[in-house]
Amino acid sequence: MENAFYTLHDFMLHTKSVAYLLVGAMIVGMLGFWLYLTGRDEDKEIK
Amino acid sequence: MSTESNSVKRTLLTPFNIMAGIVILTGVVLTILRFTLGLAGVTNLSDDNPWGIWISFDLLCGVALAAGGYTTSAACYIFGLKRYHSAVRPAILTAFLGYALVVLALHYDVGRPWRLPYPIFVQQGTTSVLFEVGLCVFLYLATLFVEWSPACLEWLGYKKARKTVVRMTLALTILGVILSTLHQSSLGALFLIAPSKVHPLWYSVYLPVFFFVSSIAAGLSMVIFEGTLSHRYMHDKMDEKYLSGHEGVTTGFAKAASLVLASYFCLKVLGIAMDNNWHYLTTGYGAWFLVELLVFVALPCLLYAMAVRERNIPLIKWSAALTVVGIIVNRFNVSMVAFNWQLPAVDRYFPSWMEIAVSVFIITVGILLFRFISSRMPIFHEHPDYAMHEPEPAQSPRHGLG
Repeated sequence: MENAFYTLHDFMLHTKSVAYLLVGAMIVGMLGFWLYLTGRDEDKEIK
Repeated sequence: MSTESNSVKRTLLTPFNIMAGIVILTGVVLTILRFTLGLAGVTNLSDDNPWGIWISFDLLCGVALAAGGYTTSAACYIFGLKRYHSAVRPAILTAFLGYALVVLALHYDVGRPWRLPYPIFVQQGTTSVLFEVGLCVFLYLATLFVEWSPACLEWLGYKKARKTVVRMTLALTILGVILSTLHQSSLGALFLIAPSKVHPLWYSVYLPVFFFVSSIAAGLSMVIFEGTLSHRYMHDKMDEKYLSGHEGVTTGFAKAASLVLASYFCLKVLGIAMDNNWHYLTTGYGAWFLVELLVFVALPCLLYAMAVRERNIPLIKWSAALTVVGIIVNRFNVSMVAFNWQLPAVDRYFPSWMEIAVSVFIITVGILLFRFISSRMPIFHEHPDYAMHEPEPAQSPRHGLG
């Protein structure tokens, strides 16, 4: 039972921590995805 | 004269018309059975499963896939992307017919059609999410009717009435976006009342957000998908302006759909994290959840992005079809597959062939109405009397979503 949560605080601390880390990764990921999605347009514009 | 009637008979007796005729006849018979024998006569619904495929497919999928109406009109009239104007009328027509058929399908589930106006005009359940959905669908269907009416008025030659309605376009679009935001999310909120019945991987307090965001992707993909089918089967009804703008609309909408699907994927992952449901991913339901998330969300998102970069229109069209299937899978999962997941197999719901046939009947009615209207009214082409006043056609976008 090493993963058991004994209080609501424990649970919230764990889930919020994971969610915040994920959101950070997602912001960076979305930025990269946007650059990938629009990168070719910019190439054409430069030409 | 006889030669003429023979040629009319020949054109009517196409494989599609014959199949549609069989489906319509079957549907009429099943409709009579439904309203004479009751739900038990034609469905597998029970007290455990009071909502079946008529809610899952006809209502939840129907509303999500009709979202092309508000996404396209918002893009054109609110965000000012006038280059997508040629896509507005087909999208509005699809949405109008979609919502009209949602209401038609609801009659099969609810029964007693003469009581349909009661929740709005007689006895309002203002504390119910379902009331909010009903009110929004009622108002949005009326809004879509007015938004679609210029095409009908042009066809009928009522210039003054058409002019009056066209002046209301922006107000109608704003109203449509507000109503859609409300009821697309509320359809997800309906399931918040059943935390013990919906599997934890699909149940989340963010269900309304999931339903709303996925409806945008569904709407954008449906416009591309419907445009593809229209191009194939109604090419002769399209004018040069529509045809020249088609590629730009497809590429622009694909880019937007790709971004929305990426956001939706992130939200779904956050949904798992916020409820700490990671351990369910290793179960059978978890495997099916991953199929939904990876095959029907992440994959079309990446395919759209690749296709937009490469200007690969066929790949965009396949991605749109995959997204449409994905939305159907998601709505089925929330309302049927993951619903009552703890019940023994014998008590689980599977639709009867008659329920499925009624759904096919309703889709067929929609296709026939779409074909009837778009082959007569100016949907894919401009009416010659108004052609001068319309904006320029779409070009392939170069910056952002435009």
